Amino acid sequence: MTAIERYLAPASLDDALAALAGGNATILAGGTDLMVQSHGGKTRLRPVLLNIRRLPELAGHSIEGESVRIGALTTINQLREDATLAKALPLLAEAADRFASDQVRNMATIGGNVCNASPAGDTLVPLLVLDAEVELASASGRRRLPINGFFTGPGRTLRQPEELLTAIYVPMPRLRTVSRFVKFGTRPALDISAVSLGFKAELTPAGLANVRVAFGAVGPTPMRGPGTEALLEGQRLTPALIAKAAETAMAEITPIDDVRATAWYRRELVHNLLRKVLNDVADH
Amino acid sequence: MSPTIEITFTLNGMPKRISVDPTLSTLVMLREILGLTGTKYGCGEGECGACTILVDGKSANACLMFAADCDGRAIVTIEGVAIDRSADGLRQAFVDHGGVQCGFCTPGMVVQAKHTLDKQPHADRATIKRGLEGNICRCTGYKKIVDAVAAVSGTNS
Ligand SMILES: Cc1cc2nc3c(=O)[nH]c(=O)nc-3n(C[C@H](O)[C@H](O)[C@H](O)COP(=O)(O)OP(=O)(O)OC[C@H]3O[C@@H](n4cnc5c(N)ncnc54)[C@H](O)[C@@H]3O)c2cc1C
Ligand code: FES
Ligand code: FES
Repeated sequence: MTAIERYLAPASLDDALAALAGGNATILAGGTDLMVQSHGGKTRLRPVLLNIRRLPELAGHSIEGESVRIGALTTINQLREDATLAKALPLLAEAADRFASDQVRNMATIGGNVCNASPAGDTLVPLLVLDAEVELASASGRRRLPINGFFTGPGRTLRQPEELLTAIYVPMPRLRTVSRFVKFGTRPALDISAVSLGFKAELTPAGLANVRVAFGAVGPTPMRGPGTEALLEGQRLTPALIAKAAETAMAEITPIDDVRATAWYRRELVHNLLRKVLNDVADH
Repeated sequence: MSPTIEITFTLNGMPKRISVDPTLSTLVMLREILGLTGTKYGCGEGECGACTILVDGKSANACLMFAADCDGRAIVTIEGVAIDRSADGLRQAFVDHGGVQCGFCTPGMVVQAKHTLDKQPHADRATIKRGLEGNICRCTGYKKIVDAVAAVSGTNS
């Protein structure tokens, strides 16, 4: 464990950003990653431990124009159980439903899931598929970045040490949008994804439009599948196209062997899960 | 050395004020500083549910929560549920249905069952199982535990 010089639990965003300005603070939200990682020696806590759970600006959610603004402190259970959120963003609710356990879901936040940047983080695949944006604030201002490209490696993002993730913006899915999320693990609860997959497209008379495909736990970061998306864009789903898409997906991921699955098995899973999802959408 | 932080909160309805190290977990605070050993240390990593407590009415793994974050909150442990008259039926049901064997998982199981029933008083078996999925029991095979909770929610399905 690390010696902490200061612990702060500010009640205003300005105070929090001032505390972060030196870049020597560790941010604490639900603590479900941080506790395990700091006690296990995987993460060294910085000299200042900054508890952000008292910041009202980071709580709650609202509809802003065409987007849903989800405060960084929104818990996984809120994504699952809040009627407005679950109705506006069913894909996130589905991912939340397969997340850990009730106890963990009560504490774990979406901001923590995004900033922890695990390749297997369960909200990340839906957020990629939904074209989400992250809002970062620091003492010198705010910026918004697309979540696609935000993850730079396992546990690494474009967030700078003096920045706080304040909210996530998710454009509301348009009419006639179909979306699917599949998480594959070995048991129903408390399981880290061996593979997860998200799909979204608008069904138009001409074929699929604005196709998004994303994968979790098959590379150093959660990732979109640009090759698979391009193949499906503007097309109607036929058995031949579905077979080709499944082949393309399994070729464009970069999985590794680990305790949860081998790379070979992950490719097979992605192939079969995408085929299943697309067959399901074709029957829709 | 880390500085200690002064926190105030209510514990099973009683006001508390103590000093804690900022890296301390709520579980260690409860067991080793406050002497409430009903909350169990199973895995220390959120995987077993033996340390389940209620924080502002919502269940949480005490082993994953920083003690400093208890500041200003209402914490309820199994010792609080033990004297909560509204939980009399739930505790008795665990006894009547044989939901307790070695007893190690029982405090966490009872607290989580209470939370599940607080959210859905008439929870069916599927809802009860989902509610308890973060609690591991090595002895009972779960059926008797689900029977106990289902007896309280009055569900047969
Ligand atoms: C038993 C168990 C089961 C789990 N199961 C799953 C699962 O099924 N799926 C899954 O995806 N994850 C799972 N996790 C991991 C974890 O619960 C999630 O990643 C969770 O969303 C983290 O949120 P938190 O609020 O607890 O983050 P914290 O632990 O507080 O923080 C995580 C990281 O993000 C940083 N951070 C947090 N909030 C912000 C912010 N607003 N701005 C900047 N940085 C920030 C912290 O500094 C830290 O580095 C599990 C963990 C445990 C212990
Ligand atoms: S001791 Fe907390 S979940 Fe196991
Ligand atoms: S009764 Fe022994 S672990 Fe559940």
